Amino acid sequence: MQVPRRLLAALTLFLIMPLMFPDGAMAQNGVVGAPKPWEMGMQAAYGPIKERIIELHHLVLVIITVITLFVGGLLVWVMLRYNAKRNPVPSRTSHNTVLEIAWTVIPVLILVVMAIPSFRLIYYQDRTPNPDMTIKVTGHQWYWEYTYPDQGNLDIESRYVHDEDLKPGQRRLLEVDNQLVIPVGKKIRVLTSSTDVIHSFFIPSFGVQRYAIPGRTIETWMEASVPGVFYGECNQICGQDHSRMPISVRAVSEADFKAWVEQAKKSAAVTQPDADHGQMLAAADNTASRSAEQTIER
Amino acid sequence: MAATTHDDAHGHAEGHAHGHDHKPSFVARWLFSTNHKDIGTLYLIFAVVGGTMGGILSEIMRAQLQFPNNHIVTEGQEWNTIITSHGLLMIFFSVMPALIGGFGNWFIPLMIGAPDMAFPRLNNISFWLLPPAFVLIMTGLFLGESGTGWTLYPPLSNQTFEAGMGMDCTLFALHLAGISSLLGAMNFITTIFNMRAPGMTLHKMPLFIWSELVTAFLLLLAVPVLAGAITMLICDRNFGTSFFDPAGGGDPVLFQHLFWFFGHPEVYIMILPGFGIVSHVIPTFSKKPIFGYLGMVYAMVAIGVVGFVVWAHHMYISGIDVDTRAYFMTATLVIAVPTGIKIFSWIATMWGGSIELKTPMLWAIGFLFVFTLGGVTGVVCANAGIDEVIHNTYYIVAHFHYVLSLGAVFSIFAGFYYWIGKMSGHPYPEFWGKVHFWLTFIGVNLIFFPQHFLGLSGMPRRYPDYPEAFAGWNYISSIGAYISGIAMLVFFYVCYRTFTSKEHVANNYWGEGATTLEWTQTSPPAFHTYLELPRIR
Repeated sequence: MQVPRRLLAALTLFLIMPLMFPDGAMAQNGVVGAPKPWEMGMQAAYGPIKERIIELHHLVLVIITVITLFVGGLLVWVMLRYNAKRNPVPSRTSHNTVLEIAWTVIPVLILVVMAIPSFRLIYYQDRTPNPDMTIKVTGHQWYWEYTYPDQGNLDIESRYVHDEDLKPGQRRLLEVDNQLVIPVGKKIRVLTSSTDVIHSFFIPSFGVQRYAIPGRTIETWMEASVPGVFYGECNQICGQDHSRMPISVRAVSEADFKAWVEQAKKSAAVTQPDADHGQMLAAADNTASRSAEQTIER
Repeated sequence: MAATTHDDAHGHAEGHAHGHDHKPSFVARWLFSTNHKDIGTLYLIFAVVGGTMGGILSEIMRAQLQFPNNHIVTEGQEWNTIITSHGLLMIFFSVMPALIGGFGNWFIPLMIGAPDMAFPRLNNISFWLLPPAFVLIMTGLFLGESGTGWTLYPPLSNQTFEAGMGMDCTLFALHLAGISSLLGAMNFITTIFNMRAPGMTLHKMPLFIWSELVTAFLLLLAVPVLAGAITMLICDRNFGTSFFDPAGGGDPVLFQHLFWFFGHPEVYIMILPGFGIVSHVIPTFSKKPIFGYLGMVYAMVAIGVVGFVVWAHHMYISGIDVDTRAYFMTATLVIAVPTGIKIFSWIATMWGGSIELKTPMLWAIGFLFVFTLGGVTGVVCANAGIDEVIHNTYYIVAHFHYVLSLGAVFSIFAGFYYWIGKMSGHPYPEFWGKVHFWLTFIGVNLIFFPQHFLGLSGMPRRYPDYPEAFAGWNYISSIGAYISGIAMLVFFYVCYRTFTSKEHVANNYWGEGATTLEWTQTSPPAFHTYLELPRIR
């Protein structure tokens, strides 16, 4: 009996899902950057990096669609036109120098057209030369730890909300207890690391992703262009609860951010890390600024 | 060299001067086999067993992912072990044994006019290393202790996080499978270089032979690097070294470099023999010689060479330098060029031909389509900038299943239907072959095409459970998996019908389009073939 009921449930889900989450659902404070049911493309861009990624992806998508349709069309054409019934006597052609040069050179040209904006993008998204603030992201089995060295090493731990604790309207496996709060419109340097296994810090709305690897600190950056809540997930297999360490970022105005910092410092959920931790961050900071200088020279 | 081996083949049948087609007893024939055809058959059976096991795991995975918050697989660790075993089984115990051990052993000697492989006993041990490896993999699976993904990245695969013996079993399974591949590769290279029939120069060699030759070189150069990496991992786990442990000065990213230095050539190892098979099926059913033979040969060589210098495109997110990323992006995009040459040459072979859409040809044309699709999404992934948001998502899963699960597997089935008459002596049922193709084609596209959408939308791979927003496309994908599962049952029925058929096929049952040497032999070929070497003009 269970199977038909499940099928029925799936069918219902199939039909009403688009109604349940209307497009561009607004939260109380700004937009929501989350996956949508039946989404066919990338999540919307809420940061300058993602805007550029989507732009490049559109270009590449057009090119590959044309190529696939071209090859598919040729296949259908030869199957129909050169079918044994219509063309009983095969030709013996097995060379055509012009054609062979053409299908070598034309793909090269297409790749060059694609590669130029692609190079621009990777250098843009790699690091930011003048970050407004830094956040250190540390992966743990199975939660995220966010440290704000510029706000007196404010340190928060972010764990997923268990199914039974979800409030109506909250997203299962995306909601967390303590969000990563950032000021909107600021370039934020992100330093990722881990204390156990490799995790991956991934926020589709901003177009940012880096592994969090034990023993090293990796630098990248992100920026939220509008206030709102943006969801991401751990994206590198990290054991038992890999699917249960989501990321939730709340982007707020500068004033709200300052207020939040003050309030968070008093909150019990927040710990002040020891001196060792601070030193490690300072060291990472030095390397980061050195590389930032190199980027400027370039 | 060829002549010596020829004598050896005679020596084997010693004491049966006139009965050169004498077959040994069951145990001697199948357990101590030195005959390339029997070893090929063993490999093919093994590939079907491995593929079926891997396929059962896929069905479990898709059943779990059909709905969010599903509980078919209850524990994350259990799930992780299943995905690890699925990947390793499909790669090392299905695709490779079928394309290299199976069709390679069967048809390299037959196509180059050699009586057997250069080292028949080595060939035997190459095969018999695989069953124990399979047992070890299954041990890792049933102990539920190898939950790292097939990429085995430390620290997750270290003693601390994956303490059980199951992980060691999986690593030793890879060692055994790796030794098996290495010995096979040596055998293939020696055979192809030394035992071609008089007159068959390298530039007259059939494309399938070229594809196996390039594959053998890739194996020879790539597998030892994997062996080194997993040996270091085994030492880290059991003997207190810290090659990959940052606490002891080691580096987890070093493992990624070593793994992918093997892992990327590995994907070409899986697809190149498929290129070879398709390069025979398409001319046969178009009744035309292959278009641009030399271009095809050197495109494969180029793919093999460039395939070795693109490995870090799997590591764009691992914090490698931006200039390094720029290089690996360029090198990766370059591979699209020789691949394009091959696709267009196959189409040009069909152009002007007299095409018969028999089952093998359907699989070959299906291969062209799915491989093109998987190839162009590869171009998307190659762009390091875009990869920042699709790395490790279902987009990657869709991409590599289009080239491997669809591409390589379509070529395996093309080869199966093309040669099963030659190997068994019986015709396959044409109708059921076509049913098998269409069910598979619809099923696999239904599984993997929606996964592009899931990936773009940001669904991470290796998740046993996901937010409700991803439910729709996952549901469609699971339906596709069930259809493909039914298609596999049709395949078993096809096998049953073929092997119980009372009909017999002629030497060259495909007619004028099939021009290579294996079609001069009886179907099935005699136990010992080419007692007199053919001459190629």
